Amino acid sequence: MNPFSSGTRLRDMIRAIRACKTAAEERAVVRKECAAIRAAISENDQDYRHRNLAKLMFIHMLGYPTHFGQMECLKLIASPGFPEKRIGYLGLMLLLDERQEVLMLVTNSIKQDLSHTNQYIVGLALCALGNICSAEMARDLAPEVERLLQFRDPNIRKKAALCSIRIIKKVPDLAENFINAAASLLKEKHHGVLLTGVQLCTDLCKVSTEALEYFRKKCTDGLVKVLKDVANSPYAPEYDVSGITDPFLHIRLLKLLRVLGQGDADASESMNDILAQVATKTESNKNAGNAILYECVSTIMTIEENGGLRVLAVNILGRFLSSRDNNIRYVALNMLMKAITLDSQAVQRHRATILECVKDSDASIRKRALELVYLLVNESNVKSLTKELIDYLEISDPEFKGDLTAKICSIVEKFSPEKIWYIDQMLKVLPQAGNYVKDEVWHALIACEQETLVRVAVWCIGEYGEMLVGNAGMLNQEDPITVTESDAVDVVETAIRRHSSDLTTRSMCLIALLKLSSRFPSCSQRINDIVVHYKESLVLELQQRAIEFNSIIEKHQNIRSALVERMPVLDEATYSGRRAGSVPAAVSTSQGAPLTLPNGVAKPTSAPLVDLLDLSSDDGPALSSSGGDFLQDLLGVDLSPAATQQGGNQAQKSGTDVLLDLLSIGTPPAQSSPSTADMLSSVQDNQSSVDILDKLGSPSGPPPQASPPVGSSPMMDLLDGFGPVSSAPVAENNGPSYPSLVAFESSSLRVTFNFSKQPGNPLTTLVEAQFVNKSPNAFSNFIFQAAVPKFLQLHLDPASSNTLPASGNGSITQKLRLTKQPAREETPCNAHTDRL
Amino acid sequence: MGIRFVLMVNKQGQTRLAQYYEYLTIEERRALEGEIVRKCLARNEQQCSFVEHRNYKIVYRRYASLFFLVGVDNEENELAILEFIHLLVETMDRHFGNVCELDIMFHLEKAHFMLEEMVMNGCIVETSKSNILSPIQLMEKAS
Repeated sequence: MNPFSSGTRLRDMIRAIRACKTAAEERAVVRKECAAIRAAISENDQDYRHRNLAKLMFIHMLGYPTHFGQMECLKLIASPGFPEKRIGYLGLMLLLDERQEVLMLVTNSIKQDLSHTNQYIVGLALCALGNICSAEMARDLAPEVERLLQFRDPNIRKKAALCSIRIIKKVPDLAENFINAAASLLKEKHHGVLLTGVQLCTDLCKVSTEALEYFRKKCTDGLVKVLKDVANSPYAPEYDVSGITDPFLHIRLLKLLRVLGQGDADASESMNDILAQVATKTESNKNAGNAILYECVSTIMTIEENGGLRVLAVNILGRFLSSRDNNIRYVALNMLMKAITLDSQAVQRHRATILECVKDSDASIRKRALELVYLLVNESNVKSLTKELIDYLEISDPEFKGDLTAKICSIVEKFSPEKIWYIDQMLKVLPQAGNYVKDEVWHALIACEQETLVRVAVWCIGEYGEMLVGNAGMLNQEDPITVTESDAVDVVETAIRRHSSDLTTRSMCLIALLKLSSRFPSCSQRINDIVVHYKESLVLELQQRAIEFNSIIEKHQNIRSALVERMPVLDEATYSGRRAGSVPAAVSTSQGAPLTLPNGVAKPTSAPLVDLLDLSSDDGPALSSSGGDFLQDLLGVDLSPAATQQGGNQAQKSGTDVLLDLLSIGTPPAQSSPSTADMLSSVQDNQSSVDILDKLGSPSGPPPQASPPVGSSPMMDLLDGFGPVSSAPVAENNGPSYPSLVAFESSSLRVTFNFSKQPGNPLTTLVEAQFVNKSPNAFSNFIFQAAVPKFLQLHLDPASSNTLPASGNGSITQKLRLTKQPAREETPCNAHTDRL
Repeated sequence: MGIRFVLMVNKQGQTRLAQYYEYLTIEERRALEGEIVRKCLARNEQQCSFVEHRNYKIVYRRYASLFFLVGVDNEENELAILEFIHLLVETMDRHFGNVCELDIMFHLEKAHFMLEEMVMNGCIVETSKSNILSPIQLMEKAS
């Protein structure tokens, strides 16, 4: 028995493959078959070529490589018999594609077959050409195909029409040749030819504007008539689908009308009647009818404005939306997305239904509905919509949560009427889906102008970082957010690197990083790297902190944990008693929400960190003051000596002042220079050996072992601690006297500053600068320039003279007026001298 | 354009017929089929028949043990494609008589011929069952 005998062998092979239990077995069987086929090919076996090819196709379908069979296809195509040709062309289409060079070899065969007497063979060739021809083949064979468009047999005509589509797609220049022929196809009676003819016209219009114009002028009416005929035609068993004659043709015609009517008022005019008829008369209880209605609505929405039709269309969509069939709802949602650009009012009416669809159990519908809701949002309905969406967020699936969260965030960002509302919504979202909130959203939130919020957040992260990671202390109704340690560090890093972070925020970030380095030992190295980066910062404050913290991290790990122990709890009653004024609501509310940390804390006196700066003020008022100024302490301790109120200085501040203190480094409240004096005094009390230069710059006070700020020149420190520089004792009041200071001394020049303050004007310091020339040469054109940190304003009076006589025989004096202002940055001071 | 591919897959995920109208390598095809089939087979009866995958849509319907999946462009009318799938099934039914999965498997080339008569280069060519089946019946008579 010939092992290669026909169909049984194919059948056997299929049976054998089906019988395989594992993939390895299947591979073995297939390999054996391929070997057999290869052998047959090399033997040039004529008789069973097509069986082998059929087997090859099956193997190809399973996913195995079959390129050795390609030449077989060619041989089969070249053979005279119809069955061989048939399977050859089939193999060609399945196993090859337009990129293979082998295809070129087929061109000749196809050309011959196109002129074959047997129309079925012509059909085969057209089919193959239509499916995989390349651009060169298209160019070669286009004239043949054109000729065949007028062939006597409708089957050939229809195939030729589709082949032409591919040709004009591959070679758009040839489009003009086909226009006339296509137009005549539209007058056909045979549905197949009509269908393909319409398709050809549609594609011609897409490819060439000339064709579009032509069809618009000449064929629109004809098309309308054809559609009318088809819609009104009596029962035709051949093309009937559930009571409607040839719905495919309906749909194609509607598509072409859409292309013709788009952008052209006249054409749209002529279509209105038939569109209205189709929209109203088509039965919608069967899928075929619905398909036609869907296409009709799509056309109405695209062509030029017609109010009545549009209303009709939206009504149909409304009906679709309430259908129980998921498919229908899906297409309705799809269509509404397009409709919304044209007539959003009408779509708004269906808002409730659409919201329901967001909660549907079907994933495709949910996705569509969510996108539609996103498009529907405007200022008036944003609040209610967002509320609904956030409510749904709680119960939604995990896969959907990501999408939903992203959409909610962008809605909230775009449309929030007030910042407060924006923050509220975001805070509601974050507990639910913090995971899914992408980085950009986080950044945007941090980027919102509420600098205070950022600072609070950063502080909280620093302080309670471990609680964040361990999910401790969450409220019941919140889902646990899994925040990893590096997430927390990420957020702080983001805050610190943002351009718009001001100095306070950055300083707070550094402190937070220090705390995190102690709490999250795994991230310690990374935190250290960030801190090291700021050692080179030009901003003194940051530089100083960075250097100190770095040394703490690297050298003083034993005390680090003690240093950054958690803040003790504040006594809320005392605290609120101290706050006379109003603190912006946002700060307090936002403190509460996502991080769910204890808000008010009562503070015992044993707080290690605070005590460092609590210094001499152990008396009662100081205690309560320190207890009361909870926020102050928390942030003030970190920030600067200025904020800690010790000594007799009571916090008779308004609430806003409290806030000022919290969040601005070193800015004293308006009324007290005493406070500045205090801070200084307290600082000094701390250190018996007054190392002014050292202490002034060191905000967090801690270990005396902290290395002195490297790289900050004494000059800078002076100006840093401007204002009451000297060791003023605790003074209740103004007009302390300050000793003069030698600001600069070299072998040739000595600069002395004398300070005074005017009684009523604590923020202004008068400095009288005296320049003495120690060198033997006189200086001419001696100009003193000064630059000050941003928190000071400088006013230079003209100097007494420009020439500095030599050897101390005279001096130049110059008055400077310095006024203190909030916020600061460092700039160096320089003095220019000109030698003789 | 229009239709990108037609797949027939059984409930275990094995491909029974695959016709692509755009070029994909074998690895791509396998990957694509794997992904899509997993998605569609995982859905239940109540869910709608349209799945969005990458930049195109898949319209599918289940007939007995066989899933018919058609990948289409985003602009295509999905309900019409559903009709087309039904037309395909009815055509095969008329030819094979009570068509089942095995018929398609063992007469793969005939199934391909039918599909070829109906769809060319991604567009629906012929929707009349007799017109579709006449060349095939002629060929069978001849052989």
